Amino acid sequence: MEDIIHHRRIYRTLNRAVGMAAMVGATCLGLLLATFLIGRIVPIDPVLAVVGDKASAEVYQRVRLELGLHLPLWRQFFIYVKAILSGDFGVSVLTARPVIEDIARVFPATVELAVIATLIGVFSGIPLGIFSAVRQGSLLDHLARIMGLIGYSLPIFWLGLMGLMVFYARLNLLPGPGRVDVFYENMVDPVTGFLLIDCILAGEWGIFRNALSHIILPASLLGYYSMAYLSRMTRSLMIAQLGQEYILTARVKGIAEWRVIWGHALDNCRIPLITVIAMSFGSLLEGSVLTETVFSWPGLGQYLTNSLLNADMNAVLGGTLVVGAIFLGINLFSDFLYEFLDPRAR
Amino acid sequence: MIPERARPNKSALKSWLLSDAPASAFQARAGRIYSGCLDFSKNRSAVLGLSIILFLILIAILAPRIAPCDPLLTDLKNRLQPISPKHFFGTDELGRDIFSRIVFGSRLTLYVVGLVAVIAAPAGIVIGTISGYLGGAIDTLLMRITDIFLAFPKLILALALVAALGPGIENAVIAIAVTSWPAYARIARAETLTLRSCDFIHAIRLQGAGPFRIITGHIMPLCLSSLIVRVTLDMAGVILTAAGLGFLGLGAQPPSPEWGAMTSGGRAYILDYWWVITLPGSAIFVVSLAFNLLGDGLREVLDPRKGY
Repeated sequence: MEDIIHHRRIYRTLNRAVGMAAMVGATCLGLLLATFLIGRIVPIDPVLAVVGDKASAEVYQRVRLELGLHLPLWRQFFIYVKAILSGDFGVSVLTARPVIEDIARVFPATVELAVIATLIGVFSGIPLGIFSAVRQGSLLDHLARIMGLIGYSLPIFWLGLMGLMVFYARLNLLPGPGRVDVFYENMVDPVTGFLLIDCILAGEWGIFRNALSHIILPASLLGYYSMAYLSRMTRSLMIAQLGQEYILTARVKGIAEWRVIWGHALDNCRIPLITVIAMSFGSLLEGSVLTETVFSWPGLGQYLTNSLLNADMNAVLGGTLVVGAIFLGINLFSDFLYEFLDPRAR
Repeated sequence: MIPERARPNKSALKSWLLSDAPASAFQARAGRIYSGCLDFSKNRSAVLGLSIILFLILIAILAPRIAPCDPLLTDLKNRLQPISPKHFFGTDELGRDIFSRIVFGSRLTLYVVGLVAVIAAPAGIVIGTISGYLGGAIDTLLMRITDIFLAFPKLILALALVAALGPGIENAVIAIAVTSWPAYARIARAETLTLRSCDFIHAIRLQGAGPFRIITGHIMPLCLSSLIVRVTLDMAGVILTAAGLGFLGLGAQPPSPEWGAMTSGGRAYILDYWWVITLPGSAIFVVSLAFNLLGDGLREVLDPRKGY
């Protein structure tokens, strides 16, 4: 009997895994189709971009054949998918290097910024949300709500410029844009690509401090947005938990209030909170496009914008695809954690 | 009972509106709208949001009368002038009056917000209700497509689309609309799924109504309230995205007085001339805050189930 139940469970898990894989495959294919079609509607003639407008008709024809533009659309799409799957995103017109190499080079800067911002958001937003939920209607609760509302309404690029104006230009407390001061640039070997870690590995504490002072402002701004979102979500999750009967039971049993809140209630918010944090991390990667432009941060966002302004479509679509894939990966990861951590979902 | 036309007595009108036993569909509807308005007017922040938006609309309509200068007129002799009675908000790097530019910029903001709402919301509701009502293979296909759009981060997809279509405010609107509809489709579908198996829908079907009539006549109107809430809340994000595209040089093109593009134009001067970017950015903030406040208030009135 137990054997049958066991088998059934394995079968169900497998079934779900296959269904999930099919869904992921379909969505990935859809992502590729979307970037492919966006690439097709470009008014720029890809052949002209290669040969220039003074080329003869024969050269034009030859390049057209080489690029496979005479083939039907579905075959072009097939070739595109094959190239992407083998890691060939095309060559960037701007840097004359393969797009995938460019992205690998700039991506750690973005991740570094987003990780620190997420840490700031988690360590300020979640306690704030818990406190607002416990003391509903208190001054801090109202303050948190107002700060959240402001966070949802402020243009991030403008806030970045204002931050630079106040802390860099007026008060001279923090350094200006960039990842490190100009004379420190390229002084540390990019082992991991994460500048702060590379500095520690090389033992360059002066550069480490400089890099840290550069990252504070952009990371706190992004962290503020993350905090606004996380505190709001934590608050509603906690309110839902605190109304449950097991909380009442725990209180009746005489368990200390702080243990009821931080132990019992928060423990049951853990799983949805992980999803929320993952989502906020994903949206920070997105928000970095504007922040990186403001702070001259050499990450994926700035790479995308530069490529955009120079009509470098291979780079734009490659970057879009990578960010889309990461988004998908984050969603999948949080789904997976849900399954893994929540005994009811098993 | 036919409602009387003339109602001189105010309290009589009130009791007619708030009657527990409405005598006609008209009275019931009027009463519902009235009590909704009462709830709404109790929510002070929502009223504040609505008044800011109405004020913005007024400014946009009266822009040529309010603005003291031509927003496009450059005057290099008077560039980067500080705030003065002649230039309320100072002048920018080409000597243009910033106050006039912000006033005219309100037209562009409303243009973007209005167009996105008009394009994305109907598209979302049509796709969502069809998907939810018909179910089966059509549902799977439409929701897969929706998922693909949702898998992209909004701003990045909008950037890629604008890159393909070319910069400009119309293309920015198209790009934002393309990234906005999937969320509306999801909401409309979720509402449709709960409505589909309701008794009144079965009753209409038994009377011989076809899917088209059921969807357009009975399901869509009931999806509207949650959709209106979501669209209003989204408008804050739309304003920020449009301003962000303008800031990156991919939205409205200079010299048009779009607030994001104005912020971008003043970037080089922030160290010494604070007013050049502070004021356009504040305008973006105030309008986007107004939509957030209004959206929160509407959610409490129209959609009390989902409020938290």
